[in-house]
Amino acid sequence: MMNKLNARNIDTQELFYGHKACGGCGESLALRLALKVLGEEAYIALPAGCMSAVSFIYPNMAFKNNAIITPFASTAAVTTGMQAGLKAKGKKNPLAVGFAGDGGTADIGIQALSGAIDRGEKFIYICTDNEAYMNTGIQKSGLTPYGSHTTTTPVGKKIKGNMHKKKNMFEIVAAHGIEYAATASMGYIEDFLNKVQKAKEHDGPSYIHVLAPCPTGWGHGTELTVEIAKNAVDTGLWVLGEYEDGKFKLNKKPKEFKPIEEYLKPQNRFKHLTNEMLGEITEIRDQYWDYILENWEV
Amino acid sequence: MPKYDFLNGNEAVAYGVKLSRPHVVSAYPITPQTKAVEKIAQFVQDGDLECEYMHVESEHSAMSCAIGSSSVGARTFTATSSQGLLYMLEGLPYASGARLPIVMMNANRSIATPWNIYGDQMDAMFALPTGWIQIFVEDAQEALDMMIQSFKLAEDHEILTPVMVNMDGFVLSHTYEKVQIPEQKDVDDFLPEIVTAPHLMQDENPMSMCISAGNKHNMEFKIKQHKEMEKAFEKFEEIDLEFEKKFGRGYGSAIVGYCHEDAECLLVTAGSVTGTAKNVVDKLRKAGKKVGLLKLRMIRPFPIKLLKELCSNNSTIGVLDKNISFGYEGSLFTNINSALKQNNHIGETYNFIGGIGGRDITPENIEEMFDVLLGNKKAEKISFYNMRCEL
Amino acid sequence: MKDFKVKKAPKLEKLSDFPMGSSCESFNITEINAGWRVFKPVLDVDKCVNCYRCYLVCPEGAIHKNNDKFEIDEDFCKGCGLCAHECKVNAISMIKETK
Repeated sequence: MMNKLNARNIDTQELFYGHKACGGCGESLALRLALKVLGEEAYIALPAGCMSAVSFIYPNMAFKNNAIITPFASTAAVTTGMQAGLKAKGKKNPLAVGFAGDGGTADIGIQALSGAIDRGEKFIYICTDNEAYMNTGIQKSGLTPYGSHTTTTPVGKKIKGNMHKKKNMFEIVAAHGIEYAATASMGYIEDFLNKVQKAKEHDGPSYIHVLAPCPTGWGHGTELTVEIAKNAVDTGLWVLGEYEDGKFKLNKKPKEFKPIEEYLKPQNRFKHLTNEMLGEITEIRDQYWDYILENWEV
Repeated sequence: MPKYDFLNGNEAVAYGVKLSRPHVVSAYPITPQTKAVEKIAQFVQDGDLECEYMHVESEHSAMSCAIGSSSVGARTFTATSSQGLLYMLEGLPYASGARLPIVMMNANRSIATPWNIYGDQMDAMFALPTGWIQIFVEDAQEALDMMIQSFKLAEDHEILTPVMVNMDGFVLSHTYEKVQIPEQKDVDDFLPEIVTAPHLMQDENPMSMCISAGNKHNMEFKIKQHKEMEKAFEKFEEIDLEFEKKFGRGYGSAIVGYCHEDAECLLVTAGSVTGTAKNVVDKLRKAGKKVGLLKLRMIRPFPIKLLKELCSNNSTIGVLDKNISFGYEGSLFTNINSALKQNNHIGETYNFIGGIGGRDITPENIEEMFDVLLGNKKAEKISFYNMRCEL
Repeated sequence: MKDFKVKKAPKLEKLSDFPMGSSCESFNITEINAGWRVFKPVLDVDKCVNCYRCYLVCPEGAIHKNNDKFEIDEDFCKGCGLCAHECKVNAISMIKETK
C-alpha cells in the first residue's frame, strides 16, 4: 500500500480544465481529483449527463485523457469494452475508468454496471452522486433521498417532495461480490483520493460511490459544496465505508452525529421539510446505523 | 488443397469471423443467430481463436462493448437479430457517427408483435438510416466470405464505417451447404492486422470521441458522414476483385444483374430468395421469356447510379420485399422506386410482398410475379404473396 | 493553469476541414470561462500558510503553485467562492468585480 495521498503529493497536472460546469460543481471537482490519481494513461468513459455535456462541446475539449461519451445506459459496457480492446491489443496495464452520475448508474445504467462487474475484468467505475437527474433540470432518480424536492417530485399541496428512499447502490454492487467498492464524499477529499488509488491497485472491478453536491440542483451557495458534503457524513446521513475481501468495513464513525438540520437546512431542496419528515429521516438514518454497527467491521 | 465442410449459415459466419482474428467479440444469444456466437465461443474455449469474448448482459451492451473496444482500435465483432437489433438500435448511429469499424452479423428475423422467430427482413429495415454499410448475402459461402471482406471494408482508412451483414434467419442460418473454408494464412495475407485510425483513442495522441456538436456544427458533421459513405461502392468492388484473385470466387458490386442485359422486366431481390428467383429466371428464359433478376447486395449506401446501368429505362421492375412498412409499402420498394425516379426511369414498378414471419416464397410465387411484370396478369401496385386467407 | 495555452478555434470552410467521425483532439480548449463570475477571489499571499486547501477544492483547477506561491488563473475562475470559504486562515477574499 502506497503512502497516503493528500493535497501535496497528488499530481499537480490538471487533466480536466476549461469545462463549462456550474461554478462550485461537486461532480466536476470529483472528476478533476480522481483524474489526478488515475493519471494521463487512463481511458475514460462518461455517459450523457452534466460532465459529458460540459466537456465535449466541439471544438472545446476539456479532458486531457483519451475520453469517450457513451450512450446513457451503457457507461460500464463501453468502459469494459475499452478494457477488453486495450488488453486484446497487448497494452500493458490498461486502465479503463467509467464516470457516471446517479441516474446513469442506479437507474438506466444499472444493467450494464451489473454485467460489467459480473464479467470480472479490471475496470474502475466512479458514480458521482448528486441525487437527481441534474443535466436535464433536476428530476428524481433512484438515488434521490427521501423528502427531496425535484421537478418530478415537487413540493405539492398533497405530497411534499420525494416519498421514496434512496437505493443502496453500494450494497447492490457489493452483493455482486465485487473486488472492491467504497463510498466517499466530496467533504472528505483525502479519503476519496486514497480510495481511487486503492481501486487503481485492485486487479478486478472496483466501484466508488462519491457524494457530490450540486449547488444548482440542491439550492445552496456555490462556496458550500465541500462543507455540505462533509456535513452529510458528520450528520450520519452519508456513510463512509468499504467492501473488500467480501467484508464490509466502516471507515468513519462519528462519536456523535451533528443534528441533521445542519446538513439539510442550507439546501433549498429540503427547506419544506416538516418536523414529521425530519423525524422520518432521523429514523431512516438510525435504522441503517444500527444495522451497520451490528454487521460491518468497525 | 482447399478445405470444404458441410456448414450451416451460422457456422459459416463463425468460421469467417475466426479467420478474421477479431480482438474482441461481444455476444448475446438470440434466435436465430445464437449458433454463430456459440460456435465462436467453442473456438475460443478450444484455444483456436484468441480473442476477448465478452459475455454481455444485453444487446444494447453488446453494441456498447463493441463501441468501447472499436474506439481503442481493436477489431470487433458482434451479432444479433430482430428484437436484439431493435434494442441496440441506439448504438448503431452512435457507432457510425464515431466512424467505428465494427462488423456485425444480423440474422434476419421478424419483429414482434406478434412474436415470431422465423426469417423475414423486417429487422434490417429499421437499420437503414443508421449510417451502417448494409449487405445481404445469398448463401452460406457468401456469408463466410463477406465476414472477411467486411472487416477489410470497414477498417479501410478511407471508409471507417461499421458494416452489417444480413443473413436470412433459419433459411440460411440453419440450413446446410457445402462451404469452402479458406486457409488462415491466405486470410492473414488478405486481411492483415488492423491499423488504428488516427481519430480513435490511443496513447500517442489522446482523443475525445463521440463529442457533442451544437447547431452551428452538427449539420456539417452529419452531411460529411453521409457524403463519405459514397466511397464504399468503389472500395466494395475493389475488395471483391482482390478476394476473387486470392480465393478464386467473387460476388460483384452493390447490385448484380442476372440475365439482365436484354431483359424486358426485372425482379429485384435481396438475400436467400435470390437463389430461388434465379432458378425461376432460368426456367422462364428457356421458355423464351425476356426476364432478368437484380440481386441487391448492398442496400446502404444505396447504389443509385449502378441501378441505372443495369436496367433499361422502360423495363418493368418488380421488387420482392420480405417486410412491410406498416401503413405504406415494402421498404426495398421505397428505396428502389426512389432511385429509379432519380434515374428518370419510365417503366412501371411493382411491389411484391411475401415471406413475412417465415412464410415461404415458392418458385410458383415468383413465376406469378414475373407474370405480372410481363403484363400477363393484372395486379395492384402492391400485392401480397402466399397469404393463407383472403385480404 | 500554469503552462497552459488556449487554442484557436479551427477554421471550418469545407466538409473536409471537419474532424473524422465525432472525434476531436483531447485538451483542445478554445474558450475561456472568465465571463461567468460576479465575484473574483483575491489571494493575500502574506496570510497564506501553504496548506494547499484552495488548490485542492477548486472545481476548475484554476489555482496552482507557481514558484512557491499560489496563483489563480483568472481566465478560468468562475468565482464560486469555494477557495475563499475553505481557506482556514481567511487569506482569500471574494471581491466584486467591476468592469
